[in-house]
Amino acid sequence: MLLIECPFCGARPELEFVYGGEAHIARPAADADLTPGQWAAYLYARSNTRGVHAERWRHTRGCGRFFNALRDTTTDQFIATYEIGQARPPSVPAQKIP
Amino acid sequence: MNASGPQESAQPNRLAGAGLIDRIRPLSFQFDGKRYTGFDGDTLASALLAAGVRLVGRSFKYHRPRGILTAGSEEPNALVELRSGSRREANTRATVVELFEGLEARSQNRWPSLALDVGAVNSLFAPIFVAGFYYKTFMWPAVLWEKLYEPVIRRAAGLGRASTEADPDTYEKAYAFCDVLIIGAGPAGLAAALSTARSGARVILCDEDFLLGGRLNGERYEIDGVSGPAWTRQVEAELRASPETRILRRTTVFGVYDGGMSGTHTFAALQRVSDHLAIPPAHQPRQRLWRIIAQRTVLAAGALERPIVFGGNDRPGVMMASAVRTYVNRFGVIPGRHAALFTTSDDGWKTAFDLAAAGVRLAAIIDARSVVAPVLTEEAKRLDTRVFCGAQVVDAHGSRALERITVREDAGRLSQLQIDTLAVSGGWNPNVALCTHLGGRPRWSDAIAAFVPGDVPRGMAVVGAAAGSFSLKDALREGAAAGAAAAEATGFKSVKHREPRVTDELTAVVPLWCVSESKTKAFVDFQHDVTREDVALAAREGFSSVELLKRYTTLGMATDQGKTSSLNGHAIMAALTERAIPELGTTTSRPPYTPVALAAFAGVHRGKHFKPTRLTSGHAWAEGRGATFMESGEWLRAQWFAAPGETDWLTIITREVRAVRSGVGVCDVSTLGKIDIQGEDAAAFLDRVYINLFSTLPIGKVRYGLMLREDGLVLDDGTSARLAPQQYLMSTTTANAAKVMRHLEHARQVLWPELDVQIVSVTEQWAQYAIAGPNARRLLERLLGDAIDVSNAAFPYLACAEFSWRGVTARLFRISFSGELAYELAVPARYGDAAIRAIMSAGEDFGITPYGIEALGAMRIEKGHVTGNELNGTTTAADLGLGRMMSKKKDFIGRVLARRAGLADANRAALVGIKPTDKSARLYAGAHFLTLGAEVSLQNDQGYVTSVAFSPMLGHWIGLGLLVRGQERLGERIRAHSPIRGGDVDVEVVASVFFDPEGARLQS
Ligand SMILES: [Zn+2]
Repeated sequence: MLLIECPFCGARPELEFVYGGEAHIARPAADADLTPGQWAAYLYARSNTRGVHAERWRHTRGCGRFFNALRDTTTDQFIATYEIGQARPPSVPAQKIP
Repeated sequence: MNASGPQESAQPNRLAGAGLIDRIRPLSFQFDGKRYTGFDGDTLASALLAAGVRLVGRSFKYHRPRGILTAGSEEPNALVELRSGSRREANTRATVVELFEGLEARSQNRWPSLALDVGAVNSLFAPIFVAGFYYKTFMWPAVLWEKLYEPVIRRAAGLGRASTEADPDTYEKAYAFCDVLIIGAGPAGLAAALSTARSGARVILCDEDFLLGGRLNGERYEIDGVSGPAWTRQVEAELRASPETRILRRTTVFGVYDGGMSGTHTFAALQRVSDHLAIPPAHQPRQRLWRIIAQRTVLAAGALERPIVFGGNDRPGVMMASAVRTYVNRFGVIPGRHAALFTTSDDGWKTAFDLAAAGVRLAAIIDARSVVAPVLTEEAKRLDTRVFCGAQVVDAHGSRALERITVREDAGRLSQLQIDTLAVSGGWNPNVALCTHLGGRPRWSDAIAAFVPGDVPRGMAVVGAAAGSFSLKDALREGAAAGAAAAEATGFKSVKHREPRVTDELTAVVPLWCVSESKTKAFVDFQHDVTREDVALAAREGFSSVELLKRYTTLGMATDQGKTSSLNGHAIMAALTERAIPELGTTTSRPPYTPVALAAFAGVHRGKHFKPTRLTSGHAWAEGRGATFMESGEWLRAQWFAAPGETDWLTIITREVRAVRSGVGVCDVSTLGKIDIQGEDAAAFLDRVYINLFSTLPIGKVRYGLMLREDGLVLDDGTSARLAPQQYLMSTTTANAAKVMRHLEHARQVLWPELDVQIVSVTEQWAQYAIAGPNARRLLERLLGDAIDVSNAAFPYLACAEFSWRGVTARLFRISFSGELAYELAVPARYGDAAIRAIMSAGEDFGITPYGIEALGAMRIEKGHVTGNELNGTTTAADLGLGRMMSKKKDFIGRVLARRAGLADANRAALVGIKPTDKSARLYAGAHFLTLGAEVSLQNDQGYVTSVAFSPMLGHWIGLGLLVRGQERLGERIRAHSPIRGGDVDVEVVASVFFDPEGARLQS
C-alpha cells in the first residue's frame, strides 16, 4: 500500500485514493474547430510513460479533491503532488535513499 | 486412572531444571489419539520430543516416515492436522504450534496408521514418481485422467484435510504507522529496538515467536554477565516501559509492499492472536492481519541453518544442529540418548558442547573439513568425544527412525555408528526473503557460502545473521547502529550507548552441499520429496536453470517455499553443470513468507459483511406491510406488497398497477440519487453536463435532463429541480448515483475548476415517496393541508417547492414516472418513517395502495420511459428518441462526439415498443429481433428486446427494444427470438408509449 501525499490532507493510505488518468490534458474549448479524430485523441491518446508520469488522483475517501501527482511508473514512487491548475513541477527523479 | 482411556505417557526425554518452560503448569494434549503431557512454554514439537515421539508424519510423495527437523517456522517435515471439527486445520507446523491444554493433533499422509502406512508402497514405485512426473503424466492418454490418474495422485499426494465446516472464528484487519519497524526480536533486533526506542521514535517490534529473544533462547550466550534469556527480559522490560514502542509477538511480517514516499514501505504482518488457545476468548479474533506503514525498517530476521544432502537424511532423528540446541537449552528436552554431530561449520560444534553440558556425551563429531580450529578439537578431547575430521556421513539407516549411520573417515574407511539422533549443520543461510519482495536480488558471499542481501528496499537496513554477520557481537553492534541511524533518519536524536560485553565465537564454514557416495535416497526438498537424483535428472534433461529446475522437480514449491532446500538444490545443480552458484542465480521468494489463512485476508468481510446493505428510512414500515424485498444496487427495495392470500407475483403486480391507475398508490423512491448543486455558476455548470438547457429553467420548476459521456453515449437521465437562483437538486437513477457523482466531480474539479459551483450527494439525507394516481391531489390536500397549495393552477405539472410542513422542511415535486397525476414528497430522512405512515393514513379513505418496483417497472414500460436496461452504455440520445433534446446553443459534454459518423448512422438500432401478435404470448428480455423468415444467424440480427412487462392495462405482454432503423418500421411484424429462454414470438413494432400517449393523465 502506498502512502500518497494529498495536497489538502497530507500523507494518507492509498486505499483512500482513486486513480484518475493522465494529467494536463485540457478539454478542447467550445469554439475549437476540431475533427472527431482530434477529439478521439483528446479522449483516448495517452503517453503511457515509462518513468515520471503526471497523473490525476482523487482523495475519494477523504477530502474528495482531485489533484495532480508526479509518479515514477517504474518504481511507483511519488515524486510530487500538486493542485489542479498548477504547473507541472520539474521531474527530478526520486533521490536514492541508502 | 480411567481404564478405558489411553494411558498418559511420561516425558522420558525431559531434562531436569533446564529451559524456558513453566514446570508448574503441565498441559495435557493428544497426538493421534494418544494422550501426553508437556509444559506451558512448549511447542507441540518440543512436547512430542520430550515424550519420546520421533515419527510425526509421512512425506508427501513417497510416504516416508518423517520426524522433526527444525525448531522454527521453516519446518518442512513435521506438518500436522490441528484441532477438530470446524476448527480443524491442515499442515500446521508442530515446531511453531504452542502447546495448550487439550490440544489435539493428528499426523497426515498416512493410512491406516502412522506406523503402518500402505501408501509407503509409493516408494517401491519411486521410479515413476521422479522429477517431471506430473508433466510427463499430462502426456498420457487424456481419457484416463479423470478416472485413474487424478484420484490416485490426489490420494497419494494429500497434504492434510481442511475442515469442510464454516470457520466459527473471527478475523480482523488493523493498520499501524511507525517511524521504525524492526522485524525480528533476536539479539540484532532487540539491540536495534533499544537504540530506536531510546531516541523517542515510534517503534514497532515484531517477532513470529511467542518469546522475544530469537537465538538467545536456543543458545548458551552470555551478555554483560547474564544469560541470553535474562538479558532479553531486561531489554523487553525497558521496551515495554517506552511509551512509543509497541511489541507484537506471535506476529510474522510476511510481505513488503509499495511505500510511495522515500524509504516508506507497507508491510503485511499476521498476528496469531488466539492460535495458542483452544478457542479465542470472547470478542477476540483468531488472527489479525496488520498493514504496517513504516518510514524506516530494520530487518533482523536471522538466518536458517541448512541441511546436508546425504542418504537417508530424512530419517526421523536427523535434525538441524541448531534445533537440537534449541530443544536442549530452551525446552529442556534431549532429542535422543545416542547422538552424533555431522557438521561443516564451527557453529555446529556448539551442539556437541551444549549436549555435553546437558549430560549427553556424543558418540562422535564428524566434521567434513580436514582442518578445524584447535580450540574446538581440544574442547572435544576434554569432553572425551571422538572427532572425525575430513569425514562424512554417507548414509543414515533405520526403518521408522534413525538407528545407525555409515561414516566415511578421512582415509576412506567406512565405519558404522549406532545412534538415534544426528545433529546436522551445513552452515547458515541469511533470511533474505523480505529483501527480495520488491524485486531486489540477493548477492553471493563466498565468505559464508550463502546469499546475502543485495539491493534492499529503500529505507531498509539488514543486520545481524540476516546480513550474514553470524556472531553475537556483530549482531548486537549492527542492530544498535541501524536502530540509531533509522531514528536519526526519521528526525529523532539517537542516544549513544555502551556496547555490551559478549564472548567471542567462531563462525567459519566450508560448504558441503551433498555427500556424493550415498547409496540411499538423499533428500534435497523434504516437504516435496525432491531427491538429489531428481536434480540430476533435471540436469540430464536440460532443465538446468534455477527457474526450470524449480518447476520441473517442484523443488522449493511446497508451502515452506524451499527455506531449507533451495540453495542445496541450486548448489547441486551448479556442480552438475560445472557452474558457480552465483552464476546459476537464485529463485525469487514472494509473499507470504509463511502461509497465511485466507480467512485473515478476508477479515470481517465475510458473507453479508462483504458489502453493506442499505435500507431506506421507510424500510421498517414496508416490512410491516409484508413487502418482499430485492436488491437494487446496494439498496434493498420493496419488490411488491402481497395482500393476504396472494401467492402469484403477476396477480400482485396487476392489482398494484390497477390500484395506482384507478385510485392512488405510494412508492418509496428514496434510493434515486440526489445531488445538491449550488453556486454562482450552478446554472452554467448544468448546461455543460446536460444536453439540454437548465439555465433557462425557472425557479420552482423541474426539467427532465439527459447526460452524455464525452464519447457521445448516454450516461444517465433524471430530473433536476431549480430550488433557488443558485441551487439545483439533481436526481439520478438508483444504479448510477455514484457514477454520476464522480462524473460531476471530475467536470467541476478537473475540466472547469474556474466555475463557482459546489456539489454534494444528499441521497441519504432525504426520504422521498411517489404518490401517484387520479386521487393523488386529493390525498395531498388532506395530508399537507395549508402547508402548500397543490391545486393544478398553483402547482402544475413539473412544479416544485420547498415548504415547511408540521415544522419540518419538506419538498414537493410534480413529476411522474408512472404516467399518472403524481407527486414526489421528500422529507429529511429521519422523518421518513413518520412521513410514510402519515401518507398511508391520509390515503386510507382513498384506498391507497403501496406498490413496489415491479409495478413501477410495468408502468414505466407502459409509458415507454427508459431506464438502466436502455441506458446501457451503448445507446445515444438519438437511439432513445431523445436526439432533439440536444441543444445547439451551447457546448456540453459529449456534444461533438455524439455527431461522429458511427453514432449518427441512420442504420443504428432505435428504441421501439413491441407487442406480441398472439396476445397470449409471453415476451422475454434479451430476445433478438429477426425479420420474418430470416435464418437465425448473427448476420441477420436486427437488435434486441431491452425490457418486458405484462401490462395490466392492456392485458398482454409488452416490451421495449432497440431495433435497426426502428422508428421507420412502426407497424412491421418481426420475430423476437430467445434461444436461451425458449421464447420465439412474432411481434408488432409499435411506438414506445403504450398507455396514455398524449400524457393527459399526468397533466390533469
Ligand atoms: Zn485530501
